[in-house]
Amino acid sequence: MTAPTASNDGLISPDLPVLTRKDFVTDQEVRWCPGCGDYSILAQMQKMLPELGIARENIVFISGIGCSSRFPYYVNTYGFHSIHGRAPTIATGLKTARPELTVFVITGDGDGLSIGGNHLLHAMRRNIDLNIILFNNRIYGLTKGQYSPTSEFGKITKSSPYGTTERPLNPIRIALAAGATFVARAVDRDTKHLEEMLYRAAKHRGVSFVEVYQNCNIFNDGAFAAFAEKEVRAERMIYLEHGKPLRFGKNNEHGIRLNGFTPEIVENAESDDGLLVHDAHAENITLANILVGMDYPDFPVPVGVFRDVDAPTFDQLVQQQVDEAIAKGRGSLEDALRAGETWVVE
Amino acid sequence: MTTETQLKPEHHVEELERVTIRFAGDSGDGMQLTGTQFTRTAAVFGNDLATLPDFPAEIRAPAGSLPGVSGFQISFASTEIYTPGDRPDVLVAMNPAALKTNLGDLKPGGLLIVDKDEFEPTNLKKAAYESNPLEDGSLAGYQVVPISITRQNELALEGLPLSAKDKFRCRNFYALGLILWLYGRTLDTTIKWATEQFKRRPDILEANLRALRAGYNFGETTELFRVQYRVPPAKVPPGTYRHISGNEATALGFVAASVLSGLPLFYGSYPITPASDILHELSKLKNFGIKTFQAEDEIAAIGAAIGAAYGGHLGLTGTSGPGLALKSEALNLAVMTELPLVVIDVQRAGPSTGMPTKTEQADLLQAMFGRNGDSYVAIVAPCTPSDCFIMAIEAFRIALKHMVPVVFLSDGYLGNGSEPWRIPDISELPRIEWKYAEPQEGKFNPYLRDPKTLARPWAVPGQKGLEHRIGGLEKSGETGDISYDPRNHHEMTLARKAKVDRIVEDIPLLQVTGPEEGDLLVLGWGGTYGSITSACENARKRGLSVASAHLRYLNPFPANLPDVLKRYKKVLIPELNTGQLALLIRGRYLVDAISFNKISGQPFKIAEIEGKIDEVLGLRDEYVLEFTRSAGVSGG
Repeated sequence: MTAPTASNDGLISPDLPVLTRKDFVTDQEVRWCPGCGDYSILAQMQKMLPELGIARENIVFISGIGCSSRFPYYVNTYGFHSIHGRAPTIATGLKTARPELTVFVITGDGDGLSIGGNHLLHAMRRNIDLNIILFNNRIYGLTKGQYSPTSEFGKITKSSPYGTTERPLNPIRIALAAGATFVARAVDRDTKHLEEMLYRAAKHRGVSFVEVYQNCNIFNDGAFAAFAEKEVRAERMIYLEHGKPLRFGKNNEHGIRLNGFTPEIVENAESDDGLLVHDAHAENITLANILVGMDYPDFPVPVGVFRDVDAPTFDQLVQQQVDEAIAKGRGSLEDALRAGETWVVE
Repeated sequence: MTTETQLKPEHHVEELERVTIRFAGDSGDGMQLTGTQFTRTAAVFGNDLATLPDFPAEIRAPAGSLPGVSGFQISFASTEIYTPGDRPDVLVAMNPAALKTNLGDLKPGGLLIVDKDEFEPTNLKKAAYESNPLEDGSLAGYQVVPISITRQNELALEGLPLSAKDKFRCRNFYALGLILWLYGRTLDTTIKWATEQFKRRPDILEANLRALRAGYNFGETTELFRVQYRVPPAKVPPGTYRHISGNEATALGFVAASVLSGLPLFYGSYPITPASDILHELSKLKNFGIKTFQAEDEIAAIGAAIGAAYGGHLGLTGTSGPGLALKSEALNLAVMTELPLVVIDVQRAGPSTGMPTKTEQADLLQAMFGRNGDSYVAIVAPCTPSDCFIMAIEAFRIALKHMVPVVFLSDGYLGNGSEPWRIPDISELPRIEWKYAEPQEGKFNPYLRDPKTLARPWAVPGQKGLEHRIGGLEKSGETGDISYDPRNHHEMTLARKAKVDRIVEDIPLLQVTGPEEGDLLVLGWGGTYGSITSACENARKRGLSVASAHLRYLNPFPANLPDVLKRYKKVLIPELNTGQLALLIRGRYLVDAISFNKISGQPFKIAEIEGKIDEVLGLRDEYVLEFTRSAGVSGG
């Protein structure tokens, strides 16, 4: 058997099978708490995967530690449940070695932004072609209810009985700052939109970062309910769409405009004139940064694609250097051993 | 008599078996380069040799200061030698600080060449000299040759369009030229190197060559040296030779592992002294299909290597002790997922940051035990710079066949040290066996072990029908699913241990040098090979019943180790740590081994081991390391 490489991979079958959701379900009993938002994310993922047209064996899910990181056990592809915070590192090695694979990283707010914050930053700045899905429930669930780096200021938890004294990180802002080329947000309850975000993330060439607001009904129930419940969603969330004016409301009657660098709500905006038009393809992240600053209750919470730009990927650039070097002549061990000055003893 | 010979004084030529030279100067004086060039010349000439670079941690400590002194020692000989020499016969000191920090090592009566121009008040003060040692008689015990190197170098470069600073930086080539003359060497190797090195800077090339020739010619014309020395080529096995450092050999060994296995190599690393050179070497060799990854930290470096190993490639990461500490959690993940990962640890001195540029072999227990849970990895350790090549191949041979992480324990002395190397025939190299999992019907169990080796199957993404999940959680040996079953955890732990233990059937027996049984066995591992071997040879020449054996496989130990240990009345274990191998040997084999320890950041001198041998054999009183005698601390 020969080793798999990007240029010569005997392992990948040329004819793609037609797959269904069921093909991506494992025989493992799902063990998240009943009512956990993770179920929805898993379901949308399993629904979305067949649409990619990628053979099951060429998809890999890599996770860290936390409730979300149990994910790979439930998806019938290759899976690696690794150690706390380090999933992006393993994914980086795998994708760099084997660029032809489709690699997902499943992480959470603690795993990805606390213990693994460094790796998440660097995976994003390198623009390695990974699909990073961060389940944000603003709490440590698996360790039973301590505050996380995205917990709101003053939050009372098991480890902060008097309220936290630290301010939260905004994951989207981090992704934008690190230069991620695809940055999106979705909500566990809004299944159709979530599935679309997962699909677009998977299709994006380069690093994709999707923050999913995920309800932990045991330790942080209703964290997003105020804006994410079906009844209030239209009024309190705003769906970003490239090239379209920012509008929200039951009948899309309200809009967002800019006053300098400050967004403001235009109630009952009759015309689109003057409304902010979303540009997800802008190289400049200023607009995306303004949008990410909008939060409930002052603003509707933006979901959708904040940024979607093209850039060379790390894995391809690495492969290209190797291919170019080999094109000039594959290395000979004999020559490498004899490099530099040699002498012969008779 | 021609005019020319009238000008040249007669030099008496004396033949020597072995010479040890130390070049010492400010870290900006180019002493490492000077030493390396002399080494290359000696190597090409056919001497056996060993080198010991000793540089300061500071990239540029204040010029002329004591912490800024950089040294390079080379021992070259017409016979086989194993170490860079205990004490230099010749010291080249480019400034007062270099003299101050190195004079203590020079042999009594040794040759001392100094740049007398640098012995002026400012430099003397920086080196904390109250009076000029060249004038106060304090050097009476040596053959002092004060030379006006700075001034003569300036004169040689007169008229060249270079700054005074650039000209000053050519002094090292003046000194090199002089020493090359002194040992009857040609300038060819250095000229060839410089021509290539400075091909884009013809002005710098011209300056360096002028300085080199000026130094050489000075030797020939001066009457300061009455003797010129010859060290004939060594009688070594026939073959094609090159000069190689341990880190170069390590990099080449892993390239060879990739070629021999047909698997692409992935190297994840974070810059760290003294391991960075391996990253530099491998990153040049992309035409071997090698991918190198400079990670954001040590953890990412090993994580990425694990990812590559999971993907069916050669996953390799490299670091030094502090980095190994950071990698330990991820290394345990590789233990648990049973992936063929190799971790290089080029050990350095001390806990925490310690002394990054100095050597030690104090990570053995970290490699063996430094992880949570009962966690077993294989450990190999090269014993000379060139042995790094073979042991690198061995590391992957073991990792792939047994599906186990392997730690490769090199050290700063091996990594930076160098020696001539007979280039092996590729057909002589070890074979590397590996296979991916076989396709199968039904649910795939990633822990279905090979009955002989206990290795699990290596199923890699892309293999149809073998989709499976692995991870750090304990898995059922029967299904591969998560398992908290008590019996399963017991059995899986024992299986992971037994898998490493069974490697014993796949590694060579321990070789003994000297008598097959006798009074004393000196047992070592890693970079102490040269000093131990030489000390034991010397002891046998003195009629003592002393054998030596050197462990290159540390987990598992070779099968015959317990038997070897039993054949000697006493066992002495010299280590550059406080007794780590000794602890393992005593614990595992109930042998009352005597530990001999040095933790100074420097390798053992031959004389130190000989001193301890004599003590253990009752030929002298307690042997105490020389540098501890005045301080009153025990050397172990």
